[in-house]
Amino acid sequence: MIPVIQLSNISKTFGGVRALINIDFEVMPGEVHCLAGENGCGKSTLIKIISGVYTPDPGANFTLMGQEHKTLSPAQARRIGVGVIWQDHALFPEMSVAENIAIESFVGLKSKLVRHKNIKDVAQKVCERLGVSFDLDAQVKTLPIAQKQLIAICRVLVSDARIVFMDEPTASLTQSETKHLLDVVRTLTAENVAVVFVSHRLAEVLEIADRVTVLRDGKKVGVYDASEMTLAKLTEKMTGLTINPAVVGQNLTKNETVLEVKQISRTGEYKDISFSIARGEVVGITGLLGAGRTELALSLFGMTRPEQGQIYLDGKAVKFKSNLEAISSGVAYVSEDRLSLGLIQDQSIENNLISTVLDKTIVCGGLLSFKKKKAIVGHWIKELSVKLGSTSDAISTLSGGNQQKVAIAKWLATKPKLLILDAPTVGVDIGAREGIFKIVRDLASKGLSILLISDEVSEVYFNSNRVLHMSNGCIQKEYVPARCNISELEDAIYGKNI
Amino acid sequence: MEKIFKTHPIEAWLLIIIIATSAVLSMLSVQYFTLVNAFDLLNSISINVIFAVGLLVVLISGGIDISFAVAASVIQYVAFYVLSYLGGGNWFIGIIVAGGLGVILGAINAGLIHYFRIISIVVTIATFNIFFGLLMFLTKGVYLYDLPDWWANRVIIFEHEMANGTWAELTLPAVIMFGAISATWFLITYTSIGRQIYAFGDNPEGARRIGINVVAVQFIAYGWMGMMAGIGGLMQAHFMQEIVPNALIGRELDVLAAVVLGGATLGGGRGTVMGCVLGVLLMAIIQNGLNLLGVTPFAFKAIVGVIILLAITLSNVSFVELRAYLRMKRGQ
Repeated sequence: MIPVIQLSNISKTFGGVRALINIDFEVMPGEVHCLAGENGCGKSTLIKIISGVYTPDPGANFTLMGQEHKTLSPAQARRIGVGVIWQDHALFPEMSVAENIAIESFVGLKSKLVRHKNIKDVAQKVCERLGVSFDLDAQVKTLPIAQKQLIAICRVLVSDARIVFMDEPTASLTQSETKHLLDVVRTLTAENVAVVFVSHRLAEVLEIADRVTVLRDGKKVGVYDASEMTLAKLTEKMTGLTINPAVVGQNLTKNETVLEVKQISRTGEYKDISFSIARGEVVGITGLLGAGRTELALSLFGMTRPEQGQIYLDGKAVKFKSNLEAISSGVAYVSEDRLSLGLIQDQSIENNLISTVLDKTIVCGGLLSFKKKKAIVGHWIKELSVKLGSTSDAISTLSGGNQQKVAIAKWLATKPKLLILDAPTVGVDIGAREGIFKIVRDLASKGLSILLISDEVSEVYFNSNRVLHMSNGCIQKEYVPARCNISELEDAIYGKNI
Repeated sequence: MEKIFKTHPIEAWLLIIIIATSAVLSMLSVQYFTLVNAFDLLNSISINVIFAVGLLVVLISGGIDISFAVAASVIQYVAFYVLSYLGGGNWFIGIIVAGGLGVILGAINAGLIHYFRIISIVVTIATFNIFFGLLMFLTKGVYLYDLPDWWANRVIIFEHEMANGTWAELTLPAVIMFGAISATWFLITYTSIGRQIYAFGDNPEGARRIGINVVAVQFIAYGWMGMMAGIGGLMQAHFMQEIVPNALIGRELDVLAAVVLGGATLGGGRGTVMGCVLGVLLMAIIQNGLNLLGVTPFAFKAIVGVIILLAITLSNVSFVELRAYLRMKRGQ
């Protein structure tokens, strides 16, 4: 049997940074192959090269379906049968399901007319082949995310894909939806279509994959049979570290309560949420994407208002009209999307850092004092050991980890009582993550209360005094890491026996 | 009925409001509900509708065009000289020349937007000024009255004498309007490139990834707009029987307002020909009604502004959500 795809000597350099270094990669027909690695290890770059979006550095060799290619364009890749399901699905929300599925059948053909009945037939056929059903006339924007995922899969099958790449396909799915997706994957492999899974949910990866290729820092670590791998071994290959972390042991619930939330609800976002955070305590919230974690955080930060229930800060009932009130009451929120919401990428490091405390740098007449600005910036850069050239450089010149530190520093400068960290390690590499969590633990030991939101179960498990599992807008259960196993928590979130 | 509200809520609402407004107006004014008035209405909205269906295509593609109305003025002048060079011309040649000139001006916009990666509003504000500035500079603001006979004379396609002796007349611009509506509807519903324009406006990055021809999308969208601007300009000169350099300036915002009222958004990917036509029609009916009722024309602009704000607010909040919200409020 010849491989569907065989790549050798793939390198990719982005302006001096080597994102991929001499990668070899092959996939057999009908195989489920997993591409595993930490954020930033080069997985997405590799997919973009295989699908023709990026051109690799010279010297690369592609053999697709037994044919050699020197270069590959997106159109060529599609013709050969490479299908990619992007993490954001790349669907067209205003258009109908049928058109979304069949769009590739009428793209690129000049002046050809569209027969809407044909489109529906094409879509219907693919749906039947996969054993899924949709209202083909519905607008895609009206559908839940799990259905969008299936639509994206249907779409690549219209163009007769022989190999399908799925980028984090299960990140926002519930257990039964994931199960359905995996059934679909099995249907595909039974038809000899190869599936390459990119996922960081390792348990599920090992469950379905035949082989695993592990990447780390742009290099290939190796290819392994999934049956020989265990969770621990795979983690070690991916991170290069034998992680033997300890959980946070202390019980701090006896400290005075800083935040208390009683039965708050907001339609369509979260329901009947009650919990408290004590002084110096780190409380983790985890759950699938779309569980309502960020929506809850936004309400605590005064950006939205709960429709029912009550929030208490230091024992006093608060009703924030805006986040300005929340900030002045001592709540700080490091938002989930650092790139577009958290930091102003084109602005300098110092301007980003003081953006929350401009009022503290003002001297007479409402002018900014450069001396005060320098003092504040200098203090926090040192405190969080941010590695930088000059504080007047643009924030975008920093690495992910250091950017996140500036984002945290910007909020610490407001001297908060409660710090909400939403997905603080997205786009931060493994070594730097430890640095961020060290800061979190230091801050907590100095008495700051922290709400840590993350979909990486291990992050909240190893860094929180208590963990809340959230799903469908509700808190399902509280876990104390010192008294439970991480797999208990993982099973609760992802479900057992996928 | 329920189904139409789900799939085409904006069109359904516009239709209801148009019917309701018409019912009120026909009670208030005996002149309103007559064939004469209906045909007058069709004749008078025809130019705006021709502009509107062109602009619709640009809005669906995720862009905007501020320059089309002055482009239409430029085309009137250039077409006038080209046609007299060709020995006078006729309707057929006139439409080809005006439409062709429009495509060229539209292609200039599309080229600047695509190749220089400037956003459409900036490009078209710039070309608006360039077109208008050059027009005034080169023509020195002269009016043209000596249009060829075929261009200046009214063409009545259908007429009917009413009982009271007045004539109900349907003229050429109205017929051309129906042509523009049908052609645009066909373009965006039944051609591959039309659907690609929708897809590109809806999700540009997604469109690029599946290999949509972005260059073609831009040039066809702005070219179509230009063509409609040219034909609309030809019709406007026909209607007024003269060419005036600043006759159309300001028209771009009226048309834009009507198209947005019809459900197209500045974000792209949304909008239907039906909605667009109903949007222009509603504006015209309100103006017509206010005229019949003797309201001063100055109030008209303010009323239109309020209607647009109301319509946009309502289209952001769907009717179902609004009802649920009101129920919840009452329940509390």
